Amino acid sequence: MMPVAIPLDYYLILSAVLFVIGVVGVVTRRNAIIIFMSIELMLNAVNLSMVAFSSFLGDIAGQMFVFFIMAVAAAEAAIGLAIVLALFRNKQTVYVDEINLMKW
Amino acid sequence: MSLQSILFAIFAIGAVASAVFTITRKNPVASAMSLVAHFFMLTGLYLTLQAQFVAAVQVVVYAGAIMVLVVFVIMLLNVGREVKAEGPRSLRPTLAMLVAGMLVVMVSSVIISHPTGKNELAKNAADIGTTASIGNVLFTQYLFPFEAVSLLLLAALIGAVILAKRHVSETQS
Repeated sequence: MMPVAIPLDYYLILSAVLFVIGVVGVVTRRNAIIIFMSIELMLNAVNLSMVAFSSFLGDIAGQMFVFFIMAVAAAEAAIGLAIVLALFRNKQTVYVDEINLMKW
Repeated sequence: MSLQSILFAIFAIGAVASAVFTITRKNPVASAMSLVAHFFMLTGLYLTLQAQFVAAVQVVVYAGAIMVLVVFVIMLLNVGREVKAEGPRSLRPTLAMLVAGMLVVMVSSVIISHPTGKNELAKNAADIGTTASIGNVLFTQYLFPFEAVSLLLLAALIGAVILAKRHVSETQS
C-alpha cells in the first residue's frame, strides 16, 4: 500500500531503474543515434534524483546542478550529433560495430 | 491514496515504460518519440516535487530543442530499421540484462535497508522551485559557472559547425 506522501526513497529507486535502462540501451544497441538517446536517459535519471534531493532537503543547489547539467547536455547533443553526421559521411553507416578503424 | 501518490504512480510507470520503449524499438523515429514521451513524464515527476522552473526547462530544452536536433539528424541520415548484426548471435543482450537486473537489485536493496527517513517534501520546497528564487541564486552565487556555461555553449556551437562542415576540397570536386 502506498503512503499518503511519496518518500524520497521511491524517487531514488525510480531514478536507479531509469539509469539502468539507459545503461542497457548503451550496451545492447548498434545504432549510434539510439545509443546517444540512451545517454540522454541516463542524464535525466540523474537529474531526477538531484531534483528529488533538492525538494526533500529544501536546498536549491540540486536544482542549480540540474540547470547546468541541461546546459552541458545541450552542448553534448550538438557535438554528438555532428560526430554521427561526420561518421555517416565517411563510413556510410551509423552502426557502431561496423566502425572498427581503431580496433585491433 | 492521495492525489500525489496517484500522480507519482502514473508518471513513474509512464517514465519506465517509455524508457523501455526507447531502447527496444527498431525504428529510430519510434525511439525518438518514446523519448519525448519520457521527457514529458519526467516533467510530471518534477511537478510532483514542486520544481516548476526545472519542469518548464525540461520541456523547452529536452523535449523541444534536443529532440528536434535528434529527429532532424535521423531524417537527414535516412536511417531505417536496425538490422541484426551478421555472424553468431552474441551473448551481449542477455549479459546486459543480467548485469542490469543485478544493479537494480543492489541499489534498491541499499536504499530499502537504509531508508533516508525523508517522507515529506521540505516546508520551503514550493518556494525554492520558482523562477524568481532560481534566478536570485543563479545570478549571485552561481554567476561564474553561468558565464562558464555560455563559453561552453559557444565552443559547442563552433565545434558542431566545424565537424558537420564538408571539406573545401570535397565540395569543389
